[in-house]
Amino acid sequence: MSGSHEISRRDFIKVTTGIVGGLIGAVIGLPAVYYLIDPALQEGGKDSWIPIGKFEDMQIGVPYPFSFTRVQVNGWERTASSFGGYAIRKSDSPEDLLILNSRCTHLACTVNWSAEASGFLCPCHDAKFSIEGAVLDGPPPRALDIYEEHRITDDGLIEIFFKES
Amino acid sequence: MWNNIYNWLDERLGLNDMYTNLLDRPEPKTTWWNTLGSASMFLFIMQGITGIFLTVYYTPSPDHAYDSVQYIMEGVAFGWLIRGIHHWGATLMVILVFVHMLRVYYTASFKYPRELTWLIGIGLFLTTLGMGFTGYLLPWNQKAFWATTVGTQIAGTVPFLGEFILKSLRGGPELSALTLQRFFSAHIWIIPAILVALMGVHLYLIIKHGESHFPTKED
Ligand code: HEM
Ligand code: FES
Repeated sequence: MSGSHEISRRDFIKVTTGIVGGLIGAVIGLPAVYYLIDPALQEGGKDSWIPIGKFEDMQIGVPYPFSFTRVQVNGWERTASSFGGYAIRKSDSPEDLLILNSRCTHLACTVNWSAEASGFLCPCHDAKFSIEGAVLDGPPPRALDIYEEHRITDDGLIEIFFKES
Repeated sequence: MWNNIYNWLDERLGLNDMYTNLLDRPEPKTTWWNTLGSASMFLFIMQGITGIFLTVYYTPSPDHAYDSVQYIMEGVAFGWLIRGIHHWGATLMVILVFVHMLRVYYTASFKYPRELTWLIGIGLFLTTLGMGFTGYLLPWNQKAFWATTVGTQIAGTVPFLGEFILKSLRGGPELSALTLQRFFSAHIWIIPAILVALMGVHLYLIIKHGESHFPTKED
């Protein structure tokens, strides 16, 4: 055998086994990876306008809490997720509203308004945010998120624009 | 450099010896019938891999089992492929193991010194059937439910112990969430663990004794 260029029967078997094995591995393996990451590739949900409360109920300078739930279809299940925030009215104009998301920018716990501390406190790692949402204390990397778009309906309801991620 | 790394590992792990013993050991003249054991093993590994992937979405609870299987089939990319392989592989594995057993019987390979290989083989056959029995319930559809009702009812006809066996299998007098959960546990942990242990001994014995010669006309 040595010196001949012909491939031995044993080597032929080895190479064929390797190639066939590799093919089977790829045919099963690639779909398997896709199967695993499929939920991460799904498109996000729909947008909508969500009523959060009457403008006349909001007092100037006092954060007005609101919350709402959205039902999303995850896999074979409908899951309700809760969201919330605070509307801070600054003047008589409905334009002049700051609407903060109460999801902490650190690790996503929910912050609560505290009148004594005159700030938003996060129970998880003791963060404190100002009434404007700026970080005053603790680990959060940035200010509270803001619901950028809102509008007022004819009945005086404030609605925020919400996009599911 | 790769050679050096390989030699270093080989000296400590005995890779060459392993290779010779596992894949390059002397064999008598063999036929395709001798490949059925390895084919069974390959299918077992396939079932293991596809089974693990199925558990990523499958949920063993009466509320979710059916829907989660539906979701695997229609909602997840290639879910039909993974479940299809597991589904048909299960049937094929029972057939292959059985034909392997028949071949060992017809070539009289169960005789001295391979009696234990045979006995362990019987254990392997029974556990393979156990995999099929427990797996069948998991989709929690009508067929699964009634097949398990009937199957456990049959087990319940054993004299004296029958009712106890029936209740232990079902986790109570009737099929319930407990039945589904314990079948799931048996299907993915208990029986595979037994199967792997038996396969280990089976393979050890095969390597130790080598493959048997087929009997000739004179035998
Ligand atoms: C999960 C099921 C099984 C697996 C993975 C398996 C695996 C194997 C493998 C890889 C071999 C060597 C190659 C061959 O002869 O085909 C073998 C041989 C053997 N098997 Fe199995 N086997 C299984 C079930 C059984 C059953 C059900 C029996 C009989 C009750 C059995 C009895 C034997 C015997 C006696 C040999 C030695 C054959 C000889 O030396 O010629 N096995 N098995
Ligand atoms: S999550 Fe709010 S401080 Fe860590």
